Amino acid sequence: MRELDAAVITEAVARMCIEANTRLPRDVMDTIARAREAEDWPVARDILDRIMENYSIGGDIPICQDTGMACVFLEVGQDVHIVGSLTDAVNEGVRRGYGEGYLRKSVVRDPLDRVNTGDNTPAMLYTELVSGDRVTVTVAPKGFGSENMSRIAMLKPSDGLEGVKKFILDSVEQAGPNPCPPIVVGVGIGGTFDKCALLAKKALLREMGSHHPDPFYAELEEELLEKVNALGIGPQGFGGRTTALALHIETLPTHIAGLPCAVNINCHVARHVTEVL
Amino acid sequence: MAIHITAPLTPEVARTLKAGDSVLLSGTVYTARDAAHKRLCRLVAEGKELPFPIKGAVIYYVGPSPARPGQPIGSAGPTTSYRMDAYAPTLLRLGELGMIGKGKRGSEVIVAMKETGAVYFGAIGGAGALLSRCVKSSRLICYEDLGAEAIRELEVENLPLTVVIDAEGTDLYETGRRAYLEQRAKK
Repeated sequence: MRELDAAVITEAVARMCIEANTRLPRDVMDTIARAREAEDWPVARDILDRIMENYSIGGDIPICQDTGMACVFLEVGQDVHIVGSLTDAVNEGVRRGYGEGYLRKSVVRDPLDRVNTGDNTPAMLYTELVSGDRVTVTVAPKGFGSENMSRIAMLKPSDGLEGVKKFILDSVEQAGPNPCPPIVVGVGIGGTFDKCALLAKKALLREMGSHHPDPFYAELEEELLEKVNALGIGPQGFGGRTTALALHIETLPTHIAGLPCAVNINCHVARHVTEVL
Repeated sequence: MAIHITAPLTPEVARTLKAGDSVLLSGTVYTARDAAHKRLCRLVAEGKELPFPIKGAVIYYVGPSPARPGQPIGSAGPTTSYRMDAYAPTLLRLGELGMIGKGKRGSEVIVAMKETGAVYFGAIGGAGALLSRCVKSSRLICYEDLGAEAIRELEVENLPLTVVIDAEGTDLYETGRRAYLEQRAKK
């Protein structure tokens, strides 16, 4: 069995926290550049220009001051033995990355007493066992301006496709200018209450504009993206075509009595980095 | 063309600004977000003095990322404003004339703005690196224990903002979107 020292995971997480917060993935940059070309509302074009200028500053300054909660997704091969505590290793990586990278510490130790932990720990850690002997690490810092605009609904089977569409569009409408549009819309349909929300979050990690493997859902993604962009909210909510850059749907089987639907919204600073160890 | 204005604001200048105006703000602004607002309002309730002059003050809803050595500030874009709605009317009625943030405001805030002649500005959310270049200096005023949420006095130069809600209560989030949709319908 392959052995992997937990310290290797710490180093990777630290490096990826800094990388994710200072450099936006190429696909996000390309998508926003295309949106800028397609935008016909002058105020909106101006905002998109400023947003692109912000991305191009580079160096070591975070793209956004909300450097997020560190969402860390680990796909652990079942033929790898991690030497040391995995959870401690990830949290130590977050502590180091947020310290050395001059990233903002935005985590409070308790939701009601609200004392800052001072090092952005703990990470929100998601582990999954997969085949093989590799560990795939994805770090996706999640800002809360957009997280706060996310919703879940336990719809009825009779609500059907129309109910799902309505819930998604209503969620974007209600969010309006708050989550820093243009946004990325992650949608989960099916599973249980908790798995559905996780699907929506995972949908945000996909390559921008990639499609669900099922042609039915791929078409639904296209249709809903068009409808979202017909709402007219526009960049920063000042009006315009570019309300969303992408809309991704993830699905799971569900119970005969249920139709869970979750919408996880991300801002245009759609940060994520992946490394295979 | 952007309008140049200076903070602190005067009631006269605040009243001339209209929703949709682009402005470049220079002068002194104070940072405060959720936790700092809660403490400020507690001071008011206890009849104590505020830690900075509130008359004409512009408060920037921001929790910057830490400054690197030699830099005045880290990334410094706006946070979502509605979370300050519970506290803003209290500060507006004491003389605050400008708020900088992003996103919708509640009716209780707009009522207080109309009553006091204050303005709500939007800064571009998710452009913190760009906006940080307009910050020339930063000085801690109080609540250091809050980290990013401490109150700081910032000297800013030509901070690019948009008037989102003016002192008459006109809201760009409604008028801008409507104007875009009307233009789109005509096509």
